Amino acid sequence: MEFGFRKEHHLLKQMLEEFTENEVRPLAQEIDEQERFPVEAVSKMKEAGILGIPFPTKYGGEGGDYMGYIIAVKEISKACATTGVVLSAHGSLCAQPIYDYGTEEQKQKYLVPLASGEKLGAFALTEPNAGTDASKQETIAVKDGDNYIINGSKIFITNAGYADIYVIFAMTDKKQGTRGITAFILEKGMKGFSVGPKEKKMGIRGSSTCELIFDNVIVPKENVLGKEGYGFKIAMKTLDGGRIGIAAQACGIAEGALDETIKYVKERKQFNRPLARFQNTQFVIADLATKIDAAKMLLYRAAYKKDNKENISKEAAMAKLFASEVAMEVTNKAIQLHGGYGYSREYPVERMMRDAKITEIYEGTSEVQKMVISASVLR
Amino acid sequence: MKIVVCVKQVPDTSEVRIDPITGTMIREGVKSIINPDDLSGLEAALRIKDVYKAEVIALSMGPMQADNALRECLAMGVDQAILLSDRKFAGADTWATSLSLSKAIEKINPDLIIAGRQAIDGDTAQVGPQIAEHLNIPSVAYVNEIKVKDENSLVVKRMFEDGYQSILVKTPCLLTVLKEINSVRYMRVAKIYNSYKDGLVEVWDNEVLKLDPHELGLKGSPTKVKKSYTKGVKTAGKVFEVDSKEEAAKIIIDKMKENYIL
Repeated sequence: MEFGFRKEHHLLKQMLEEFTENEVRPLAQEIDEQERFPVEAVSKMKEAGILGIPFPTKYGGEGGDYMGYIIAVKEISKACATTGVVLSAHGSLCAQPIYDYGTEEQKQKYLVPLASGEKLGAFALTEPNAGTDASKQETIAVKDGDNYIINGSKIFITNAGYADIYVIFAMTDKKQGTRGITAFILEKGMKGFSVGPKEKKMGIRGSSTCELIFDNVIVPKENVLGKEGYGFKIAMKTLDGGRIGIAAQACGIAEGALDETIKYVKERKQFNRPLARFQNTQFVIADLATKIDAAKMLLYRAAYKKDNKENISKEAAMAKLFASEVAMEVTNKAIQLHGGYGYSREYPVERMMRDAKITEIYEGTSEVQKMVISASVLR
Repeated sequence: MKIVVCVKQVPDTSEVRIDPITGTMIREGVKSIINPDDLSGLEAALRIKDVYKAEVIALSMGPMQADNALRECLAMGVDQAILLSDRKFAGADTWATSLSLSKAIEKINPDLIIAGRQAIDGDTAQVGPQIAEHLNIPSVAYVNEIKVKDENSLVVKRMFEDGYQSILVKTPCLLTVLKEINSVRYMRVAKIYNSYKDGLVEVWDNEVLKLDPHELGLKGSPTKVKKSYTKGVKTAGKVFEVDSKEEAAKIIIDKMKENYIL
């Protein structure tokens, strides 16, 4: 029994375990080595309804909840963090804000294809000069009659190129600071909207991470998400939810690495006995298992509170901060217990360590999480 | 068309160990799953439903925890599920089980009954065909293809080791299917979320079936398990490289003599 699970969550977890074994794990090593987007797994996720778990059936979703979505990201990330982040960016960063802030027309036009998995989504906030300080947006949207004309660029955008629908942020009134930022929904193929070359990354190498370039992109005013000037608030609220997704990804990576390690230390013999019989191994495994459980408790609490429509800024930040650092520690120690084999690409733990690192960085670095947590605690 | 699929909740035998002293299965901590052949039966029924207008009902007999298996069937797409559960049913052998199931099926009155070939715990392959005997309807075992011919008949492929038969069978009938008949779909997320709603799983006890208590459970079972044990591991055979039939025959005869078979 996991904290906050209902019976259907256990059944969902069972389905996702089967799905991950059959559709995700067999591809994990290959997509990492070839830096190839997992198109097959995404299409299978669509078939099984995994791309629309938390959204109502009337918007093409599955009528589930955030807890279910979190279970999906975690289970999939156990075998492949790349596939996990494709789901996470699509679900919590693109479909979710359209569900939360979109008009009925926007939901019909954009959420329905996203939730049903017909189309993939992405989210674009980060810019070359606006990372942790996301308020320094240099992308500009100028009103022109019934349209806005957008110019600028975004970097490190997950699902770029493969996504059809993008939630992006641009400055509509520089004088207003963060209150001058507006969110827009953009479609792939809009004139002047292009995708730059793929980043060469350390981990999650199968995911597509690119620059977005806006060169006089004409966006109708119907595509403003929320209201003009509400963009920063939408971005921050969206990232609160997104962070639970990354915490889930981190928990998945950590669990996956621990599973591999448990298997290995039972088989590998040195000094005539399996590594699992050495107290050093036992104590390391005990520590890692305890930390993973603690991370999962923070994760499930945040998801549970989100499903109960409570404010989750602090809880999501805590879950992400702790889970991502646990993922880093677990994968690091997993390699150590594997010894030389762990350093070899023949075993998956080195990939898991490379994948784990990003969870401490994206959707707010660990330092950003500490800013969010302390702002809430020291209030 | 109304289709009943018989499903059994079984311990995942890939994880099961046998207690060396009592000779019984150690069920503690072993995951329960839907019998794999039955999942294929379920998939076969759902594929008929995908194409034709059909109502699919999952039927199981077992303790109340078998409810979980039926929820899984609902998450895969069956319309309704029925669990036969009563303390009086406990300890039933294949005869008593098939009698209870057939009584329930009589009440449901389906056009087609699909069961898995055999369960991974008992491995008897008897319950399916016995249901057909109780109901006095035709049955075809080892099926690995089902085609709906018209409203009242099916064409099915019955597999043998060295070939198959194509059989035209009138409904109502019972089929037992092989795991190879299809690959089973995943549970659908939306259906998972609906699967635990009230009213989807009906529990029938003997108040509903109204069978003579002497025909139920252990009392109604003509067979008893005397002993069960883990099969000893066979040692690897020996391979002889030979140049002629005569040489091969000589080796075989010598070996048989050596082991006092001849």
